[in-house]
Amino acid sequence: MGRYFLKRTGAAIITLIAASIIIFGFIHLIPGDPVYVMLGDGATPEQVALLRRRMGLDEPLVVQYLIWVGQALQGDLGQSIFFQTPVTEVIREGAETSILLALITMVWIVAFGVPIGILSAIRQGTWIDQGLSGLAMLMASVPTFWVGLYLILIFAAGLGWFPSSGYPSIFEQGGLANLRYLILPSLALAAPNAALILRLTRASMLDVAREDYVRTARAKGIRPARVVLRHILRNALLAVVSAFGFTFAALISEAVVTETVFALPGIGRTVVQSILRRDYPVIQGVILVTVCLYLVINLLVDLSYRLLDPRVELE
Amino acid sequence: MLNVENIVVSLQSGLEIVRGVSLRIAPGEILGLVGESGSGKSMTSLALMGLLPPGIGLSGGTIALDGTDVTRLAPHQRVRRNCGRMAMVFQEPMTSLNPVLRIAEQIEEAVRVHDPGIDPTARARELLDMVRIPDAAHQMRAYPHELSGGMRQRVMIAIALACRPQVLIADEPTTALDVTVQLQVLGLVRDLCDRLAMGVLFITHDLGVVAQLADRVAVMYAGKLVETADVAPLFRGPLHPYTGALMACLPDPESDRPDMATIPGSAPAPGAIPPGCPFSPRCARAAAPCRAGPVPRAQGAPGQTAMCHFPLTERAPA
Repeated sequence: MGRYFLKRTGAAIITLIAASIIIFGFIHLIPGDPVYVMLGDGATPEQVALLRRRMGLDEPLVVQYLIWVGQALQGDLGQSIFFQTPVTEVIREGAETSILLALITMVWIVAFGVPIGILSAIRQGTWIDQGLSGLAMLMASVPTFWVGLYLILIFAAGLGWFPSSGYPSIFEQGGLANLRYLILPSLALAAPNAALILRLTRASMLDVAREDYVRTARAKGIRPARVVLRHILRNALLAVVSAFGFTFAALISEAVVTETVFALPGIGRTVVQSILRRDYPVIQGVILVTVCLYLVINLLVDLSYRLLDPRVELE
Repeated sequence: MLNVENIVVSLQSGLEIVRGVSLRIAPGEILGLVGESGSGKSMTSLALMGLLPPGIGLSGGTIALDGTDVTRLAPHQRVRRNCGRMAMVFQEPMTSLNPVLRIAEQIEEAVRVHDPGIDPTARARELLDMVRIPDAAHQMRAYPHELSGGMRQRVMIAIALACRPQVLIADEPTTALDVTVQLQVLGLVRDLCDRLAMGVLFITHDLGVVAQLADRVAVMYAGKLVETADVAPLFRGPLHPYTGALMACLPDPESDRPDMATIPGSAPAPGAIPPGCPFSPRCARAAAPCRAGPVPRAQGAPGQTAMCHFPLTERAPA
């Protein structure tokens, strides 16, 4: 277990170093001088020289990279050009919304996707299965913004059960009750993802149901429900759990459409706006944090694999 | 006492894979069911257990255990009811155990169903001792991938015994094992059969295994039994030319012939079975009557019958 953990962590650190080089190189790949790009065409030579020195752009590339990494390790990702505040501050503000939104969305995905996938597999070929599969296809193909707009129309504008937009931080005012702002966005975001998890659960269950050990379990005379839960589901979930990890990471970095529809101050919107504002330090910072997030989630998925599947240690 | 009468197993299309097989197994008796791959022996055994895969069903015949017909019960009830009486060991010990559960859990699960009152852990220990797994207390905590093929097959037998079966169905349980391990497992099956007065249906394609282990033999070809006999008379004088041909294929260490004998042609697929005797296209003795119409039952030694016009004990037709 310990060695396995060390090996996985080592691999994650190497990936992180490679990613950081690419992210660092990104600002130098932009056509033209990043300083001119940032300041615009009307900048005076004094302004350019000042910014260049402030950003350390007059140093050799390797030194620049090392300075950047060194500062990042100390939690300093530079200053936002647009906000004139530390990048970490900009990210922190978006992160609260994004992480909470992703967590609530995951709850829906697990609560709907997995049990309905199981039901679909048990009732394979019946009208229940076909109906659920059709519904899943529909959910997966309808755009999130459309689902979002309809949710707003029905539950916010029509019934008035939930607020239609915005999200005030739970740390500032309103406390946990503010989570109600995230209910509709998370449902919209969950729809296509829950549909994919549903299909994956179903397919994985049907795969495992053909295994020899399931026949052995049946031959013991144990109840069919127990065969499904203890023998089929446990093995089928191995494939689904890795999808949970990727889905969660994607929910944080790719929720921009949902964030826009519901006017949420999340990471996705921060990135898009920063790209429009050419706020490169923020873009770099968000990408670096997102890479770290993917690596941590992958590591957690690998470790959970180890707990779910005793064979993993040997491989 | 297991009494199988004339069972037919067919696909949804109506294609018959097992075409009227009758078997009897007495307590403490090992019946060897022999045949090539595709002859329907595995389907026969799965039909007895009620474990036929989806799309394949029992479409005729009766399966009676101590006089009760189990075919009338709903599938999972049947497995349950069967399981107190019949239990099965499968061919592939590598894939027949659940990879994510410890050995103990997989045995105890069966114990809880069939011996609800007793301590499952103690019973699982006892079962592992019965199948001669050394250091049972330690092995119980192992996962299947930590055991060798022979050990896994012993665990499979322990799980089957947890059902306290009157009849144990073993579908090629030693085919995937090394020869030395194979012998140990065969010895174990014989011993358990005698000790527990349990009937055994032992399915194999290996006549050598049958000669060592079985009391009686049933030879299956193209979904039908072609010959049934006690083991000694069968090996002394087979009636059916197919049985004879199978025996000719056994390597004979005293022969100088370097090549091994084979049966020309291949077994017919279900749906392409010739009329008359299904073996007739490959049979050296086949004559006109073999290629059409019903095949008569020939008698040999006491208890020995074969479906053949011209059994080997008679002169070949001119």
